[in-house]
Amino acid sequence: MISPFAYLALAAVLFSIGVLGVLLRRNALIVFMSIELMLNAVNLTFVTFARMRGTLDGQVLAFFVIAVAAAEVVVGLAIIVAMYRRKQSASVDDARLFKW
Amino acid sequence: MERVVFALMSVGSIFSAVFMIYGANTVHSALALVANFFTLAVLYVLLEAHFLAAVQVIVYAGAIMVLFLFVIMLLGVDRRDSLRETIKLQLPLAYVFVAGLVGLLMYTLGSAFHRTAFTGLKQANAAGNTQGLGRLLFTHYLFPFEVTSLLLIVAAVGAMVIGKRRAPTETEPEDEDA
Repeated sequence: MISPFAYLALAAVLFSIGVLGVLLRRNALIVFMSIELMLNAVNLTFVTFARMRGTLDGQVLAFFVIAVAAAEVVVGLAIIVAMYRRKQSASVDDARLFKW
Repeated sequence: MERVVFALMSVGSIFSAVFMIYGANTVHSALALVANFFTLAVLYVLLEAHFLAAVQVIVYAGAIMVLFLFVIMLLGVDRRDSLRETIKLQLPLAYVFVAGLVGLLMYTLGSAFHRTAFTGLKQANAAGNTQGLGRLLFTHYLFPFEVTSLLLIVAAVGAMVIGKRRAPTETEPEDEDA
């Protein structure tokens, strides 16, 4: 059987790729997708811990993360659409309404 | 068997994640993310989380990614952005920070879990994985579960309010650099 460390390391790598995406990309949609990737990496960690400890609590937490991610996507995409209506651009560099 | 599937799926998920953040076309990035969600669903099956594997495919790869593609199509595919640098030294610093993050995570995880083994979910899944999860959700986690329903309603109403077009009668001046 594979050790839990393999799964945890994979989750850590996926999370770091998500962080890299947030830092590198300027397109708000890709930044948002990178955040989804990070949430999924955390879910993988929760499910791994659930199997490691032999209880289902980790899976319940992952289930809640999925529900919260769905709510977050709805609001986030609405914000991106509202920003695009105002600026005709989905780039995070153009989101500077507080600056003049 | 588990080893082979894990190796295939981990390589697949890392490749699709890298392709997602470097893809020049937003639609390609979204499809790479769908592939990533599918590999994670397979990993959930390996980890004896059968219900979550189904939820992952239905909610993430289904509902959430369809929403993403819908918005991408609404805004039009935009190829200008790519990897342009607006803050000085942002690219090299980003790589340095992420390399440090990977190193730190690997070190902490390695020192904490390098000898732990899986207990396995044979006992917890004895009455079925979905049944076990349902029992936990409606007993021990009942309050968070109800709060989640409230959160979903607030998110739905909030998205409608944010996405609503302003009435044209308002004489608010448009942003000058729009």
